[in-house]
Amino acid sequence: MGILKTFALGGVHPAEQKLSANIPIEELPVPKQVTVPFGQNLGAPSKPLVKRGDTVKTGQLIGEASSFISANVHSPVSGTVLKIDNVVDSSGFRRPAAIINVEGDEWMEEIDRSEELITGFDLTAQEIIDKVKKAGIVGMGGATFPTHVKLMVPPGKKAEYLLINGVECEPYLTSDHRLMLEKGDEILVGTKILMKALGVSKAIIGIENNKPDAINHLTELSKKHDGISVQPLKVKYPQGGEKQLIKAVTGREVPSGKLPIEVGCVVQNVGTVFAVYEAVLKNKPLIERIVTVTGKAVKKPSNFKVRVGTPVKELIDAAEGLPENTGKIISGGPMMGKALLNTDIPVVKGSSGILLMKKEESSRKPESPCIRCSKCTYVCPMGLEPYLLSRYARTKRFEEAEKEKIMDCIECGSCQYTCPANIPLLDYLRLGKAKVGALIRARNAK
Amino acid sequence: MLTVSGSPHIHGDNSTKKIMYGVVYALIPAMLVTVYFFGFNAIRVLTLSVVFSLLFEWIIQKYLIKGDITITDGSALVTGILLAFNVPSNLPAWIIIIGALVAIGVGKMSFGGLGKNIFNPALVARVFLLISFPVEMTSWPKPAPIINGLTDVITGPTPLGIVKEGLDAGKTMSDLMPQLPDYVQSLLGQMGGSMGEVSAIALILGGIFMLWKKIISWEIPVSVLLTVFVFSGILWLIDPQHYADPLFHLLTGGLMLGAIFMATDMVTSPMTKGGQLIFGFGIGLLTILIRIWGAYPEGVSFAILLMNSAVPLINRGFKPKRFGAKANVQNR
Repeated sequence: MGILKTFALGGVHPAEQKLSANIPIEELPVPKQVTVPFGQNLGAPSKPLVKRGDTVKTGQLIGEASSFISANVHSPVSGTVLKIDNVVDSSGFRRPAAIINVEGDEWMEEIDRSEELITGFDLTAQEIIDKVKKAGIVGMGGATFPTHVKLMVPPGKKAEYLLINGVECEPYLTSDHRLMLEKGDEILVGTKILMKALGVSKAIIGIENNKPDAINHLTELSKKHDGISVQPLKVKYPQGGEKQLIKAVTGREVPSGKLPIEVGCVVQNVGTVFAVYEAVLKNKPLIERIVTVTGKAVKKPSNFKVRVGTPVKELIDAAEGLPENTGKIISGGPMMGKALLNTDIPVVKGSSGILLMKKEESSRKPESPCIRCSKCTYVCPMGLEPYLLSRYARTKRFEEAEKEKIMDCIECGSCQYTCPANIPLLDYLRLGKAKVGALIRARNAK
Repeated sequence: MLTVSGSPHIHGDNSTKKIMYGVVYALIPAMLVTVYFFGFNAIRVLTLSVVFSLLFEWIIQKYLIKGDITITDGSALVTGILLAFNVPSNLPAWIIIIGALVAIGVGKMSFGGLGKNIFNPALVARVFLLISFPVEMTSWPKPAPIINGLTDVITGPTPLGIVKEGLDAGKTMSDLMPQLPDYVQSLLGQMGGSMGEVSAIALILGGIFMLWKKIISWEIPVSVLLTVFVFSGILWLIDPQHYADPLFHLLTGGLMLGAIFMATDMVTSPMTKGGQLIFGFGIGLLTILIRIWGAYPEGVSFAILLMNSAVPLINRGFKPKRFGAKANVQNR
């Protein structure tokens, strides 16, 4: 398997709990009703193009990107728009969404729904980027940054490496793992497409070695493609973080406050790459994704292919129901996922998993005084001092927090995971980041 | 009802209690050795020190602070054992009780309790007792293994005391050699001294356990010991008749106890690896300065307390290696 690489600073090893790693992807039936938020991406929400009573087809554009960092939204089903309303999503806020009653499943004519693998393409970089933009693709690892923006290399910069993120370092989640096993060819063609779009000759797929089957499978398939290789990585959280992955694979370090392109790298998640393949060669917008449904008490841990907008409860039912002692429902993984308010919240483009936690796992342990053990500092993958930053945030010393690089925090949660005193360090860091971000914006506005 | 809270939603199984009891387990070999050499008196001192440390913490939390009672978190237990380790085994009970009051009351609770104190509480008490009761604190019973049966306690100076007095009186190291323990004796702990400091091997065993359990990191103990070894080694190479050899400095006095268990106290040591190296270097340097040119034969406690006071400054000066800082980005 070659030498295992990893990133240098910090990191933790939570129990992997990949309960659904051997469960093949299963396609869920289209639900009776979907709720499609217009803001499913980092940045500005899309502008609604439909209104109450409109009929829509599967794959039809219903929300249009509203600014540079924004993404299109398509109807994942065919039917009638019941209403446009503000609905609670995974952020916990009420935000605009289209509620669509499903009637049949009539797709837009241009979408190729066959399973046939297409490998050849003859498109310019700009044509690819346009297709990706049109399809409303966002980063599917959870950050949901619009993908077409990442493909537009700013003037003066040059991309050298395309890194494909198959790390899936969050415990429990297996959607990327299953996708690599079942859609390996498509991922490699998607990688080729992205290499063309970026004008790079080298692409490296980073996979942690707790997924040896995926490493072997993609290594075998990559032999058919020039310039694509697989890099096995030592298991360490948060290796799926963009900066950590770049450091692990290339040894390069993205400067503080800069983007990966600064060191000639562009990172894309394997799910995103698959979506790019479908968008470019099958004309299919991003309306479906793989979602892991898992948890220690879940009867049937699963990997489902579901339409965006499907309420979470449909997925839980398909995994043989909500366990009686469920205390918390998380969208995403246990380290960075968001706790959901209810089970009506829909699956969105960035939903990688639904994790059901038992009651006894759901609440935090009581906080005790900091014993200055430094463990938060040792595990911080960004080399920050979480104990100090959280104290600055607690005591409203935001200028000092900015000097100590609070904005470099990637919110991976390693500090809080490790803290023997159960201090909610990341809560305070998030608060501090929000305040310091506001300070910086105010300063720039002057 | 669903719980809604910010990420992360899982927690590693570490806790303050686990860390503190880990230290207690690491102290067990040294406790066994001290009971072996000092017998019933060692049990007496340990019991008094631990019971009164816990009692004073409970009284202060219940009646003065009127807050949560946290005496089961293990921290007062560690302080109690370390205080016992830092005194001679024949110390009168009332002095031990005063020591426990100073350690918990002054050293710890007056700063605000666990995590807030600047100085190592057990060392605050030791230095307080040393200055207040110099006679009682420096009458060291000679170790007499309990298997030899109960005998009258003979007291005598520590090896460091013998060297200090002898050299000050104009003798050479060769003159003093017959009075000093050999390396095997000092490694095992068969020499005069505070209860917990005598056996280097037992303390090193505890240190290895704490390293394995990640309760301490290597930086502090290694930098303390290495500094002492190098500094005393240079002096010894210059003049072996007037300076003790570096192994003697490593194995005698409170150096092992200090380097492994006292200087590594999380609350009172620096937060970054770089800071910890400087901290350990300072302790080693001050220890030798005090041992050789100071008024006291032993300087580890003073050295640690002095460096404790420098920790806030060290924490400002030594930051972790930041990801993406300019210095380490020159990689294109």
